[in-house]
Amino acid sequence: MPERTPLYERHRALGGRMVDFAGWEMPQQYSSVREEHAAVRQAAGIFDVSHMGRVSFRGGGVADYLQRLVTNDLAQVEPGHAQYNLICNEAGGVLDDLVVYRLPDGSWSTVVNASNREKDVAWMRDHAGAGVEVLDRSPDTALLALQGPRAESVLATLASDLDLAAIPYFGVVQGQVAGRPATVSRTGYTGEDGFELYLPAERAAAVWDGLLAAGATPAGLAARDVCRLEAGLRLYGNDMDEQTNPYQAGLGWTVKLNKGDFTGREALLEVKEKGPDRVLVGLRCGERTIPRHGAAVSRDGEPIGVVTSGTHSFFLGGGIGMASVKAGAAPPGAQLEIESRGGAGGAEVVKLPFYRGSVKTAVSSRQAG
Amino acid sequence: MGDRRYTETHEWVEVAGEVATVGITDFAQSQLGDVVFLELPRQGRKLGAGESFGVIESVKAASDLYAPVAGTVLEVNERLAANPELVNKDPLGEGWLIKVQTEGGLPDGLLDQAAYQKLAESGGH
Repeated sequence: MPERTPLYERHRALGGRMVDFAGWEMPQQYSSVREEHAAVRQAAGIFDVSHMGRVSFRGGGVADYLQRLVTNDLAQVEPGHAQYNLICNEAGGVLDDLVVYRLPDGSWSTVVNASNREKDVAWMRDHAGAGVEVLDRSPDTALLALQGPRAESVLATLASDLDLAAIPYFGVVQGQVAGRPATVSRTGYTGEDGFELYLPAERAAAVWDGLLAAGATPAGLAARDVCRLEAGLRLYGNDMDEQTNPYQAGLGWTVKLNKGDFTGREALLEVKEKGPDRVLVGLRCGERTIPRHGAAVSRDGEPIGVVTSGTHSFFLGGGIGMASVKAGAAPPGAQLEIESRGGAGGAEVVKLPFYRGSVKTAVSSRQAG
Repeated sequence: MGDRRYTETHEWVEVAGEVATVGITDFAQSQLGDVVFLELPRQGRKLGAGESFGVIESVKAASDLYAPVAGTVLEVNERLAANPELVNKDPLGEGWLIKVQTEGGLPDGLLDQAAYQKLAESGGH
């Protein structure tokens, strides 16, 4: 029996086509991917991402504990800020990617992938020393992502006492949304400006309704996948997994080897010295080729890797994707062949991202670590 | 005449005289999601019943298309090249795929509306 978010009835009422995603019954799309994607790129889309795991921490040594748990340097994160992070195992394989929040009151929490929630919580508890409490808050909270160039003006109608313009990229504040307390961060997974709203489960429907009334378009997982891929953002399970180290996934910038000891550091030090044996590259295809997850990638007839994610970008008018290929085998500009339904399609290697949207600045978050 | 028949692979066929119009069902388009492009046969190609005649690519997946009837391709819906979303918006009407000059009438094993409805409701398998 799949799990349902507090907004399940809303999705059904809006005509959402419900699919199983990581054990959750989630809306794939409501109207069409084209329209929902266009709303996110040009106005504001609202995604229910309550399936993602929300974990908070309590106790004395939480900051030190988290610093040893993740790869990025949390010592650089002030209260009211968040940071993109990875959890690696001892071998340097990526257990999950996550955002770690230091709330304005100094307390810590994270958002993890739905598919990894149970694994992550078990790992976090296994690695927690005495005095650190790992609390899975997912069942009693909801998470909404409001994304698009008009996200700020849409949210302002429900949050008049919050100074939204003052929230920096990856900033987090607490205040009133639709008359009740909520946590609001300037984060997302689309390449657009936008906010993520952390709410008590019972408040989800009222806030969702208010955002729709203010002009946000409901958008499903299919549009979310196109948006994240255009923005060059990795998807756990597709573009990386426990057999992938951060350097192979192009996420070496999240690994701070000089911050002190953390799980996986020794293995990652070695990878960094040698250089990764494979790397993640961007693929730009023609109008009639869609790279699909798992498709073989070759150059001049020689196999060099595999497509990790792919889709059709309505925005760019063609297929786009990411592939894991032998290091050095596919520099930008290289022409590759992608295995596809009608034989082989062509692709050019391009730098990520494919598209830069209204997101305030991706650079600021990287430098925050 | 004029009534629609369905395949287990989610195509529909409607025959008028000796000309059969072929498309995919509303259930099929909803499962596929946004259609991005189609590969359809050339005019004049001979098709056997059950033969693959093209590919439909959606955001989600690529799927083969199978001919519900045997015959020769008379016409291809040229509008789909520029407007593949017609398959999503009006799969039984403006989103038709090909017209076929039939040979030997409808094969056995096609489903009527009620039987197809049952198949779709059971999840399509």
